[in-house]
Amino acid sequence: MSISAEALLAILAMAIATMACRLAGLVLPARLIGTGRLSRAFDAMPVAILSAILAPLLLTRGPADALAGLVVIVAAARLPMIPVIAIGIGAAAAARALF
Amino acid sequence: MAVTDTPFTEFRDGVFATLPAIVAAVPFAVLLGALSGDRGLSVAEMGLMSALVFAGASQFVALDGWGVPPSWWLLGLTALVVNLRHALMSASLVRHLGAFPPWAKPVALLFMVDEVWAFAEARAATRRLTPAFYAGMVVLFYLSWVAATLAGAVAGSLIRDPAALGLDFAFIAIFVVLVAGFRRRPRFFAVVGASVGASVLTDLLLPGAWSIMVGAGAGMLVAAFAPGREEGGA
Repeated sequence: MSISAEALLAILAMAIATMACRLAGLVLPARLIGTGRLSRAFDAMPVAILSAILAPLLLTRGPADALAGLVVIVAAARLPMIPVIAIGIGAAAAARALF
Repeated sequence: MAVTDTPFTEFRDGVFATLPAIVAAVPFAVLLGALSGDRGLSVAEMGLMSALVFAGASQFVALDGWGVPPSWWLLGLTALVVNLRHALMSASLVRHLGAFPPWAKPVALLFMVDEVWAFAEARAATRRLTPAFYAGMVVLFYLSWVAATLAGAVAGSLIRDPAALGLDFAFIAIFVVLVAGFRRRPRFFAVVGASVGASVLTDLLLPGAWSIMVGAGAGMLVAAFAPGREEGGA
């Protein structure tokens, strides 16, 4: 139940790095955003970041995850959140058991 | 905004918005805790990391690179790279914090994990983002994250292989639904195509968190410079 000095230092370094990233928005944008192209880029950021998180997970981790990902995308086009999560978990478990 | 919106209903809506994400995050916090003993962290150290860092992806990466003794500058640098995306998210989210008092903006941003950011953006696209809604999203999420990490660290290897159960696909399903919600935006498919192509290519060349930064940058460049119809006020 102890905290070593080395671990504390490492955890603080991680925390400060993470906090700095999260607070960056307070000093970054303001007059940057609002002009045409930059505003369009920022509007697209949610889609751009989420796609960039998802794509390597679905396309470079083998056929099982790619197949389950395809099932999730088809489901997400017509169903609400909770059923899609259930379908995703089921599809991933089944595909990983098969491949 | 409807007359019936009160801080209480806003808070409740925030809790409900993140419930699926909490259900998905708890097993991984438990796993994170269960792995930590094996990597040389005490229960107190792992609990402290979850409480102060509160960033799942970077905590997994940190456990992978945890040595005895751990290298503080290497772990700090890794957390910086893995969480650089939060700087972009933060810059975007700040635009929607108009209803927050000045002191609450940095407080809110410190609790901005991926899911909270995504739900806040989705909320702000249709409604005014209120401090009560945001607090509803964050309070239960944060407490469950820290508690589940501690429980995992205490219980050891309670969940040995959540991947075989497909539990990690809860995260993927949530993110896919959120992306699909934007599909009527101008240039949607061009942005997704650019992000997917660039992130996969980067991931193959340079594994780690860089694929997120490069992929997001490519998608935003396409949004800025590709031709397409403009927003019709929506």
